[in-house]
Amino acid sequence: MTGISDTFTQSKKHVARRPIKWSVVGDHAVLVAGVLLMVLPVFMVFATSSHDRIEIARTGLQFGFSDQLGVNYGKAMFEKGGFTDTVDGSLMLMNSMILGFGFAIGKIIISMMAAYAIVYFRLRFATLAFWIIFTTLLLPLEVRILPSYEAIQSLGMANTYSGLIIPLIASATGTFFFRQFFRSVPEELVEAARIDGAGPVKFFIDILVPLSRTMIAAIFIIMFVFGWNQYLWPTMITTEESMFTLVRGIKQITQGVVDSNDIPEYGQALALSIIAIIPPVLIVLFFQNWFVKGLTESDK
Amino acid sequence: MKRAGFTTVWLPVALLLPQLSIIAIFFYWPAGWAVQSSFYLQDPFGFGSTFVGLDNYTDLGRNTEYLRIAWFTVIYTCLVTFFSLAIALLLAVKADKVIRGARTYRTLLMWVYAVAPPVAGFMGIMFFDQRTGPITDLFQTVGSDFKLGVNYTDTATAMVIAAVWKQIPVNFIFFLSGLQSIPKSVNEAAIIDNRSATGRFWQVTFPLLAPTTFFLLIINITYALFDTFGIIDTLLKGEPGNNPMTLVYKVFLDGFRGNDLGGSSAQSVILMVLVLILTVFQFRLIERRIHYT
Repeated sequence: MTGISDTFTQSKKHVARRPIKWSVVGDHAVLVAGVLLMVLPVFMVFATSSHDRIEIARTGLQFGFSDQLGVNYGKAMFEKGGFTDTVDGSLMLMNSMILGFGFAIGKIIISMMAAYAIVYFRLRFATLAFWIIFTTLLLPLEVRILPSYEAIQSLGMANTYSGLIIPLIASATGTFFFRQFFRSVPEELVEAARIDGAGPVKFFIDILVPLSRTMIAAIFIIMFVFGWNQYLWPTMITTEESMFTLVRGIKQITQGVVDSNDIPEYGQALALSIIAIIPPVLIVLFFQNWFVKGLTESDK
Repeated sequence: MKRAGFTTVWLPVALLLPQLSIIAIFFYWPAGWAVQSSFYLQDPFGFGSTFVGLDNYTDLGRNTEYLRIAWFTVIYTCLVTFFSLAIALLLAVKADKVIRGARTYRTLLMWVYAVAPPVAGFMGIMFFDQRTGPITDLFQTVGSDFKLGVNYTDTATAMVIAAVWKQIPVNFIFFLSGLQSIPKSVNEAAIIDNRSATGRFWQVTFPLLAPTTFFLLIINITYALFDTFGIIDTLLKGEPGNNPMTLVYKVFLDGFRGNDLGGSSAQSVILMVLVLILTVFQFRLIERRIHYT
């Protein structure tokens, strides 16, 4: 019996031993190099965030781990810092969460409503409304940053969550996305719904919203990451440290690293960067397929 | 609009109202204000302003510093766009080709999308650190003394590298999805006609990817112009000095640090026109999007 199984595995081995295709090896080599290019920098930052600040100041980024991981992350999360000693990592994390979720949810609700109105109603000024909304695609916030800031100031909305979130919603990306999707929904659906006596509100809530679930998920991921990673706008609109988001806080950290006369808190700064990276990265990784779908289909 | 749309009048108005009012307050009002104040000269102490016509614009045209920044922005945009597209295309082609581990590669190559630009900038500071940065060491081994924040070209190099790194994932995702939508039969037919893989790529695959590439070209130009603000601001550590910067960063500097409202607004308007041209181009492209399949 053993002989038979031996010859069997041997023959299997023999079949499996094909000549190595060097082009395939080359493909993998290129991909591995690419993966290293993308992953290694973040990994090194993570590994270094477990080191003592003196060691980091002396030798820079590390490949291996050390024993200061808990200390650095504890400091980053709970040690109050800044000029007023009011802000710590956990507060910034909460602010980032509020910005990320508030922006994504607000944007989805507002743009779905607008897209529904534009696509499903016979409205005399629908085309006008469409163009009014779509002109906003032309001007990213970065271009009109100063006047937007003045507007927020005069409305007394500086250093508030609504001041942080609402102006970011004022662009048409979401509306454009849902408009394209609604237009691809079969016409018969709305006809059938009307024959069955469903009004516009019922049709929207009971049919269209459930139908758009995947689209909503996809756009939620993109918008969450977009909101979380906002930098310029929070930098301008939040001057109180208790309103800082993590990404906004990075500037403060680097300033600390540059300016301090003492040995800078490298470990803590790197730990905070990792904390700022983790939530959006996890969302992108877990909902990869929706994310890719949302990203690549939004351009059509 | 759907053929069988609803005819209620009040409901769509109510549905459109939130979006329209947000846009009016946070978009049209500020944009109009920018255009208006670009024609005025603001008193530096805040006592009123005087109408100066196109002076703010002509001043910019004569300002050698502004022209230098504009020129740098052009070069920077070209470099970032070219390298991030080229590297992403190479990786996407390979990821599309391999059978084993394709999904793992895809995951590992795309997650950097979620890293915030200022975090990328901070990582740049660590990697290009004058004494301890690994990339600085790398430059030293080839005999170049890399000085971030001191040497103009070195700072520019660091900016380009950080910006390219951050943009590779988006391009990779789009290229890969573009490659995957090419029908298998096309590839099979190409294999019969042309045995050289490189030849097949440039004669068959690359032309089929043209719509994706054009689309990404616009996306990348917009990214380099606007979204790299976080990277630049962190890399420069808030000390622009004689360092390279992009036009958007200049708008921010003049408006907030320099208090030159008129000049900053004029710069904003110039950028608006630039984006307008890009977007019109993009829309025409989408309309005429070439479909081979």
